[in-house]
Amino acid sequence: MISILKALWTVFVHLFKRKVTVLYPEEKPYIPPRWRGRIILARDPDGGERCVACHLCAIACPVDCISLQATEDEYGRRYPEFFRINFSRCIFCGYCEEACPTYAIQLTTDFEMSEYNRRNLVYEKEDLLISGTGKYPGYNFYKVAGLSIKGKDKGEAENELPPVDVKGLMP
Amino acid sequence: MVTVYIDGKPYQVKAERNMLDVCLSLGMDLPYFCWHPAMHSVGACRQCAVKQFRDENDKKGKIVMACMTPAAEGTRISLKDPEAMEFRASVIEWLMLNHPHDCPVCDEGGECHLQDMTVMTGHAYRRTRFKKRTHKNQYLGPLVNHEMNRCIQCYRCVRFYNDYAGGRDLGVFGAHDNVYFGRHEDGVLESEFSGNLVEVCPTGVFTDRVLKKQYTRKWDLQTAPSICVHCSMGCNIIPGERYGTLRRIRNRYNGEVNGYFICDRGRYGFEFINSPERIGEPYLSSGDVPSGDILLLSGKEAGDAKILKGRKILKEGEVLPHLRAVIGGAKGIIGIGSPRASLEANYLLGRLVGPENFHPGFSAAESVLVRQMVSILSDGPVRTPSLKEMAHADAVLVLGEDIPNTAPILGLALRQAVRQKPMERVIREMKIPQWHDYAIRDAMQEERGPLFMATAAGGRLDGIAAGVFHAAPDDIARLGFRVARALSPNAPPIEGSFTEDALSFADRAAKALREAKRPLVVSGTGAGSLAVLQAAANVARALWEGNRNAALSLVAPECNSVGLALIGGPGINNMGIKDAVKAVAEGRADTVIILENDVFDRLDLPDVQALLRARQVVVLDHLPNHTISSLHAGCVVLPAAAFAQGSGTLVSSEGRAQRFYKVFNAPSGRTAESWRWLRDLLVDLGRPGSESLFSLDEVLSAMGREFPAVRGAVEAAPAADYRIEGMKVPRQPHRYSGRTAIRADIDVHEPKPHEDADTPLSFSMEGFEGQPPAPLTSRFWAPGWNSVQSVNKFQSEVGGPLRGVDPGRRLIEVTGMGRVSYFTDIPGPFTPRADEFLVVPLYHVFGSERLSAMSPGIGELVPPPHVVLNKTDAESIKALSDMKEARIDFGFASFRLQVRPDPLMPRGVAGLFPYGFPGLHGVVLPAWGKITAPENARREKEEK
Ligand code: SF4
Ligand code: SF4
Ligand code: SF4
Ligand code: SF4
Ligand code: FES
Repeated sequence: MISILKALWTVFVHLFKRKVTVLYPEEKPYIPPRWRGRIILARDPDGGERCVACHLCAIACPVDCISLQATEDEYGRRYPEFFRINFSRCIFCGYCEEACPTYAIQLTTDFEMSEYNRRNLVYEKEDLLISGTGKYPGYNFYKVAGLSIKGKDKGEAENELPPVDVKGLMP
Repeated sequence: MVTVYIDGKPYQVKAERNMLDVCLSLGMDLPYFCWHPAMHSVGACRQCAVKQFRDENDKKGKIVMACMTPAAEGTRISLKDPEAMEFRASVIEWLMLNHPHDCPVCDEGGECHLQDMTVMTGHAYRRTRFKKRTHKNQYLGPLVNHEMNRCIQCYRCVRFYNDYAGGRDLGVFGAHDNVYFGRHEDGVLESEFSGNLVEVCPTGVFTDRVLKKQYTRKWDLQTAPSICVHCSMGCNIIPGERYGTLRRIRNRYNGEVNGYFICDRGRYGFEFINSPERIGEPYLSSGDVPSGDILLLSGKEAGDAKILKGRKILKEGEVLPHLRAVIGGAKGIIGIGSPRASLEANYLLGRLVGPENFHPGFSAAESVLVRQMVSILSDGPVRTPSLKEMAHADAVLVLGEDIPNTAPILGLALRQAVRQKPMERVIREMKIPQWHDYAIRDAMQEERGPLFMATAAGGRLDGIAAGVFHAAPDDIARLGFRVARALSPNAPPIEGSFTEDALSFADRAAKALREAKRPLVVSGTGAGSLAVLQAAANVARALWEGNRNAALSLVAPECNSVGLALIGGPGINNMGIKDAVKAVAEGRADTVIILENDVFDRLDLPDVQALLRARQVVVLDHLPNHTISSLHAGCVVLPAAAFAQGSGTLVSSEGRAQRFYKVFNAPSGRTAESWRWLRDLLVDLGRPGSESLFSLDEVLSAMGREFPAVRGAVEAAPAADYRIEGMKVPRQPHRYSGRTAIRADIDVHEPKPHEDADTPLSFSMEGFEGQPPAPLTSRFWAPGWNSVQSVNKFQSEVGGPLRGVDPGRRLIEVTGMGRVSYFTDIPGPFTPRADEFLVVPLYHVFGSERLSAMSPGIGELVPPPHVVLNKTDAESIKALSDMKEARIDFGFASFRLQVRPDPLMPRGVAGLFPYGFPGLHGVVLPAWGKITAPENARREKEEK
């Protein structure tokens, strides 16, 4: 009996507390920038695809919901031929972003992804690729990598000397 | 055995080892780069540094290289000494000064020895701000990719390519810290072992260029243990699949067979499996071939989709009833087996058609040769050695077989064999341990042990041979008989004269073999001559009388020729597939079932026509070939799984039965292993006993009961119900990615993994995670060792057998006293004919095996076909010298080919090179043929 009265009293007291529920979707909640929501694939500052198809996000993913195939353009620049995330499996853990050596895969603040049909939660590269650099401006993997691509030959990356002349015998 | 102390603990180890080898054999983790288990120590990279102490009172110690420190009694070292650990971390740091920021785009990533060693030493942050040295890359051909920036100057590549495999076109250029590993200019790497650079190089300098087209990381490949099907040596391989296509092949260590290396044909020959022309569905041929007239199609046309036009696809459920009707309505059925199909498939075909109607798919000549070969090995007194034993032979005679082109890995073994004798001397006289590689090589200089080569034309091993002799097959055989006689008075005497060269060759070879401790005779079916095989048997027998260590190795033509000979068909006098032709021609049979075989390779053209005129022909195969495109309307074609898409057993030249496992299911879904088609048919027909032929194991044991000679095949690998801790062995690595996304575009519900009732392997990442028994090892990986170097952890000791025992089961062992005695059928000297040439096959590693030649990478390296003639012969053919093209006429078929005059070619003999080129069909070699200048070419010339 006493416990029931206690409970009723608690409820009554709460009537005078400040409301925390918001009228979503009319009222948008504050989402911190490090929120782990919808995943995107970013581009590098030159507009090229940032993803170099290294498969590290795929192996890091605990639910194995990333699948891709690497391919190369005629100059040797590697990029994903297809890139698929099955969001109906994703747990938004962010491991993929952590594993990515190029800042290509990023989790964003968008969480409004609900679908009636589970199939629609399977995103392909076209659905993932955005036109900007996302959270990490400035970084361009191919500018620091040793691999040569179109417009950047050996020795032209940051912090590189021109290619060695192997026939030279100078000390 | 000696006692050594590692970090204070005593261990009993073998004395003739070095401390790196000892540490690794004991399962410890010690980083290294320049040392390689097959190429031993040079002490160049300084990575394996440890602290050595004089005795238990020495607390100071000194830093030494473990790989250069002999395991002597009382040796004391420490791996964990802080100074040694710091030294090792610093070495990595120096190596990384110039290393590019490439891992994410590097094909070595994830199985990189440099990555593993970097993690092992703990070097994690780059402290230097200097600029990095860069290099230009080279084009090295279609198989190997070059990315020179990643080099850490360990010298393994040149040590393997030049010192171990005898290559000449890879070198070190430059000076001081600018050394460059590559060719003198861009160009295709010449060695047929170039692909091993991919595994030997501890970094991403040399990577797999074929894999690069559809790059996949090691952790994403579904793999299973398999056997190479591109020659008869039976190298163990690991094919890897992703997204329904085969991506690459890696070497699978087997201490007795291929060891650490495979040839490029084995590594890159797999691409045919992904061909868009693969037969994917059972169908009835449209018979678009002009009736009664079978055309000699060029290779291009054979694969042309045009031929498939108009065919009628048999739907699910239609196939077996149709076949039942075909077999029910037959007035006699003939089965033609295949030396490239599994034992199981051949056995079931024999069971379907009855033993008297089963013809192994050998050509008549081949049939005689392979049977003779098996009888020499099983009934003769001389043992057939494993590849490992052959690499340790100290005197070798090769009779008639072009080893580097017909059995490449045996060529690599012989390259090691010529080092044995001088190496033993150096070890004995100078007391240099065997693992001290550069010291041994320096002391040996160019000295080589005896290798004697008698072949039709010049070959790549000639350069390291103590004697070479080029002659027609009969003369090679006579030479062999002569050597045998020189070795033993019991060998048959030989009449007739010999050239000066031949006599000196025979005497020197006989002397070297007699003096050797482990002499080896190598021959095979490649020369197409029975006399050559018998001569080799005589030499081996004569040797054996004085030395029980003598060994005889015979090379069979295809991956399962020996297996087929052990189970196949009527008697030794069997004429192979020719008997089948007779049965059809005489009306004793009107239905022919052809298993994975192109009869155009086995029969002369008129015989092919006779055979394919049978009322019904059923063909099981992977790819369209001449047989399939010549079928008349209504014949049945069934899609057969290629090697990595099925499980079965093959028997190598050594007589070793080895199981290969299905790596993945053929994407078409209707493709099945040949044995499964035949099994289904047997069950469908309600044949007695067929109900107990459900699984591969049941087929194997039924075969073993019927053919005791192959009973051992059952034990070649664990049975399907084998479990470890109640679990199957997974085909997918535990890091396999994308499981819930691969098929998500088709269906968000992941399908159940394929069941595999035939093997202890599962199509999943779940299952036993530790090391399975050797025959079930699908990949080499150990914690901290992602690269192929992890193989150290799978061996009982470094370079020794895999834990347990090396996979495979030898089916042919000598019983002591041989039933086969000396052969006495000595041919007379070869006499060139006035108007005809003896046309012999000349092989090339790329091109002489059809399936690999259909792979784009290998296909690019197939040399253009031509006919090789002795210079004088070529000049003697009128008008030929300026035409450069000749017509080779066998009566029923003729070919036009470029002529290549060669002073080494014997007179009166013409070599077709590379044997097996597209378009060479419908003629079985060796054969006599006329060689003339082509008609129209001559006419054109006259008109001018
Ligand atoms: S957020 Fe986590 S679960 Fe989702 S894709 Fe990335 S790694 Fe996988
Ligand atoms: S980790 Fe980054 S670069 Fe690598 S495949 Fe994933 S998204 Fe692409
Ligand atoms: S060689 Fe190894 S360490 Fe170097 S870039 Fe390639 S994967 Fe990375
Ligand atoms: S190319 Fe590879 S194997 Fe050769 S020296 Fe460089 S790192 Fe070593
Ligand atoms: S492995 Fe010992 S110095 Fe290179």
